[in-house]
Amino acid sequence: MAKKEVDDRFKKFGTVSFTAITKTNDFISHLEDGKIMGTKCKECEAVYFPPRSDCFKCLNSNMEWFEVTGTGKLLSFSELQYGPVGFEKDLPYIIAILDYGFHKVFGRISDDIPYDGLKVGMELQTVPNTLSNGQLNYVFKQP
Amino acid sequence: MGKVGIIGVGQSKFVRGFAGSIRELAFEGFKEALVDAKIQTKDIDASIIASAPEYDKQRSSAGVVAEYLGLIPQPTFYIETVCSSSSTALKVAYSMIKAGLHDVVAIVGFQKMSEISSNESQERMGRGADIQWESPFGTMMPAYYAMYAQAHMAKYGTTGEDLAKIRVKAATYGQINDKAVYRKPVTMDMFTDPKSNMSSPVAKPLRVGDCCANADGSSCVIVASEERAKSLCDKPVWILGIGAASETVNMAGRDLFTGLNVGIEAGRQAYKMAGITSKDIDIAEVHDCFTIAEMMAYENLGFAKTGEGKDLIAGKETYKEGSIPVNVDGGLLSKGHPIGATGGSQIRTIVLQLRGEAGEMQVKDPELGLVHNIGGVGLYGNVTIMGR
Ligand SMILES: [Zn+2]
Repeated sequence: MAKKEVDDRFKKFGTVSFTAITKTNDFISHLEDGKIMGTKCKECEAVYFPPRSDCFKCLNSNMEWFEVTGTGKLLSFSELQYGPVGFEKDLPYIIAILDYGFHKVFGRISDDIPYDGLKVGMELQTVPNTLSNGQLNYVFKQP
Repeated sequence: MGKVGIIGVGQSKFVRGFAGSIRELAFEGFKEALVDAKIQTKDIDASIIASAPEYDKQRSSAGVVAEYLGLIPQPTFYIETVCSSSSTALKVAYSMIKAGLHDVVAIVGFQKMSEISSNESQERMGRGADIQWESPFGTMMPAYYAMYAQAHMAKYGTTGEDLAKIRVKAATYGQINDKAVYRKPVTMDMFTDPKSNMSSPVAKPLRVGDCCANADGSSCVIVASEERAKSLCDKPVWILGIGAASETVNMAGRDLFTGLNVGIEAGRQAYKMAGITSKDIDIAEVHDCFTIAEMMAYENLGFAKTGEGKDLIAGKETYKEGSIPVNVDGGLLSKGHPIGATGGSQIRTIVLQLRGEAGEMQVKDPELGLVHNIGGVGLYGNVTIMGR
């Protein structure tokens, strides 16, 4: 009998992933296809980013994917001089949060934007990114 | 239903690298509280142990600590809300007494942050946030608070200099608190001197000087029903208001980046329960894990209007002689922040102040005191109001 396949796609997310198995594993396949996707509840239309597989508002698990497109407003950011174990090679790097109006996205600023080039309120877009160690994440770039 | 009173408080010295085990560390704070309350261990009919378990090698530390303190066979259990664990435990103890289940409850908070190696500690710090969606980006506690600082600066014009003033105040009192881990003075010049460690960036815009001192330490608060408090204690301090709130772990779920919703909500509950406003508070201990956290607490608790926290510290209003003294024991910044012990230590400071026993740190005749204790990056928040 064939061994049961384990769907552990999520271990590809980020410099170091701390999660392998989640019902939102399709997020990784979408990322590989060049898309940042959130989920939307088909029953009550609640929008979730980061994506969720269950809607706490109406208790349904009937979700569909939507793509994060366009630009969001930079709400805040910080440049780290020290990182956790496994992130040393990325230093220094900038974490940030973007406001898309109906949802927000937490992530990293693209390496091509220096700290001094950032300003709260500026418009940035979210794009898929392949890290030097082959892992996947997404970064915020100038549109 | 009667009141709940605090009849004893204690804490160990907050130190770097405590030379003993976690149970021995817990003993130090517990013993001081027991002596302070002038009661015996057998008078305590339940205990709650609080720490952040990721720093402990011991699994389920409540049993081990309770045994070492001689609190067996009374019931004991463990409470965790990271940095606010021991004030959460106080809320639970309050409820147990109010429910009539117990009369005298000891809350023992501890943290031996040096229990694990700095490499292990760095690894755990990497998992301090939403491990699925945020930690893979390489997040750290200082960087999250730095994002709040950045947003506060952008919206209200707060500067690094404003934040440095909070650190200077903390060091003023850390020097006169013999339980504090950081006893040295800090000056404004250090923040502009590139040779000083204080000015070195950790997570921009926060610098080393903006971050609290890690420490090993323990604290203990003993609470009792009104009847028992009056019979056991000459000067009980009464819990008049107790509020608590929670917030999303993921930053993407939040709507406020210039303040902490949990501080606002827990404060609202506590003021309402005590039937007072922020103007009635004579002294406060707020959660200053970073300078920006104290600045936001001024505003979230109503000591300053939103965006005007910088004016409060510029006017030295939060110094001992000011209109609302805050963290005049050195705060987390200088006294130190042994996670599970912090809330209990804050409670201890306010209890001593209300009893007029704070020594050199004593504020003139305070009647109402407040403790604001935050867990995680505004993930959990507790506000406790006490009076004589
Ligand atoms: Zn729904």
